[in-house]
Amino acid sequence: MTTQADFRAALLDASAEIPTGLQDGAGRPAGRRYDVYRNNIATSLGDALLTGFPAVAKLLGEVNFKNLAAMYLRAAPPDSARMMYFGHGFGDFLQGFAPLAKYPYLGDVARLEFGLRESYHAADHVPVAAEALAIAPEELMAARLGLAPSLRLLRSSYPVVSLWAYNMRPGAPKPQGVAEDALILRAEFDPEPHVLAPGGADFITALQADATLGTAYEAALAQDPGFDLSPLLGLLLGANALTYLKKDTK
Amino acid sequence: MSNIMKTVAVAGAVAAALAAQASTATAQAQEKCFGVSMAGANDCAACPGTTCAGTSTVDYQGNAWTLVDAGTCAEIELPAMADGSERMGSLEALDRDLPQG
Repeated sequence: MTTQADFRAALLDASAEIPTGLQDGAGRPAGRRYDVYRNNIATSLGDALLTGFPAVAKLLGEVNFKNLAAMYLRAAPPDSARMMYFGHGFGDFLQGFAPLAKYPYLGDVARLEFGLRESYHAADHVPVAAEALAIAPEELMAARLGLAPSLRLLRSSYPVVSLWAYNMRPGAPKPQGVAEDALILRAEFDPEPHVLAPGGADFITALQADATLGTAYEAALAQDPGFDLSPLLGLLLGANALTYLKKDTK
Repeated sequence: MSNIMKTVAVAGAVAAALAAQASTATAQAQEKCFGVSMAGANDCAACPGTTCAGTSTVDYQGNAWTLVDAGTCAEIELPAMADGSERMGSLEALDRDLPQG
């Protein structure tokens, strides 16, 4: 008697014995027909990775990507029935894969692509009306800003957004050797990665920790004394990334 | 920077951002981003490649890395970054997972 567990056990391991007791329609041993399942699983999961990480696939070339994907899908098969979560560890996998050590940015590019996917699937929200921010300066400093559920922050030591854009946007310039912190915003339905100026990631991190606007601004200044809040606020407002302004309730 | 200076800076930034927001509020709808193909992530995807070919016993061959110049990694030259390490170079073939003769 072949149980589901027996059937599944050998699916991702081509060197494992085919489960005993499988028969074809005529009662003969199923034999190589089991390989159809093996093939379908590896192919479909490999295709899901190829679809979910197009920039990494371009960076590596499709053949190399598929070889890597075949390893990854066996090392970390889906742990959820929802395919949108498959590949969440791909960045760590790439970063830890010794033959790719000379391309240390691949892990962050994969994290950016997974962040875009998370952002795409994140809950909808109602953006705050811009007028809500038009309050007295002292009130502003003590106010708290809510961030959209679809917002994602990725700090990187590499030009992660430029690397992504170079592979995804026709005509995008070649990446330069600078670190880029990425902020993923979903203004409507499509997530878009943006490069944050120095200090910007600290500002966002502080807001995520429910700091006041004043405290968050100070966190950004601590990172870069020349930090200019205006472009970042404009970006957040323009991309519908703020959900509320909560005044200090003393 | 004094607290008053910070307050002025934040208030100024908010005012500037609001002004910019007002002037772009009617900007055209965002362009669709086809590159980030999320839709496929929910596909079953069992149809393509569904053959009886089975799965090779050696799924990953180390020497496949000689093909890496198929990707754009090879086009991108990043100067030595923070840790000063070399960023460029071809991938080295692995001496593992090769089919046993």
